[in-house]
Amino acid sequence: MEEIIKNVFSDGVLCAGISCEIDHHTARRLREKIDNDIFRYNPSLLVLDFSKVRFMDSSGIGLIIGRAQTAGELSCSVRVIGLSPSLYKLVRLTGLEKMKNITVAPPCAV
Amino acid sequence: MKRIINEMKLRLPAISLNESVARSCVSAFCASLNPRVDEIGDLRCAVSEAVTNCIVHAYRDLPPGETGQIYISVRLYDCREISVEISDNGCGIEDVGLARRPTFTTGGEERCGMGFLVMESFTDSLSVKSKPGRGTTVLMRKILSP
Repeated sequence: MEEIIKNVFSDGVLCAGISCEIDHHTARRLREKIDNDIFRYNPSLLVLDFSKVRFMDSSGIGLIIGRAQTAGELSCSVRVIGLSPSLYKLVRLTGLEKMKNITVAPPCAV
Repeated sequence: MKRIINEMKLRLPAISLNESVARSCVSAFCASLNPRVDEIGDLRCAVSEAVTNCIVHAYRDLPPGETGQIYISVRLYDCREISVEISDNGCGIEDVGLARRPTFTTGGEERCGMGFLVMESFTDSLSVKSKPGRGTTVLMRKILSP
């Protein structure tokens, strides 16, 4: 099966590098993979790296909110990085960046 | 009076694999109008939301082993307008006004209730018609820049 995510844990930081389009179809596998490693490593920071994500719909927003909830229960905060301008637009539309344990880095140039 | 210059009809089984198939087909079909990257990105996202609704909600009451169908009709007009109609014969929506309200969801499984907000924001118009027990039709229009 094609690799859609690569998680790296180091110094208390779990970095999840997502490399597929995020929709309802792919979100389940991504969610399982990230949650597994949150429970395995108990990180203090979860970084969700979207720099290789070319498409995302609101399933991606659900994925981020869900991970922030899982991480929040373990006192872990979430940082979202690597959003393209179009993904950032979606994040802004849904007000995600206002949630309390999520920080969103400004969009990268394409 | 606007004129249709091209038309496509698609029927796909309501399985999640077809979310990416549907948005890719629609965006490929619209390529002849040379949309801007952000315009076609917005439309792909809106189509993905509508199709996901058919898959997650419309056919949730079907017995195991049965699969519903999603009907997609796309029209290109000479005034650089795209219309995309996505319909199903599923359970329908009891209260469309409530369903369109941001964060409202009956979906479970980490649905954030933003689908209609995305469709509305990423297109120029959205209409939702639904009959409980009969199905739902979503019509979106997007006008491309000159």
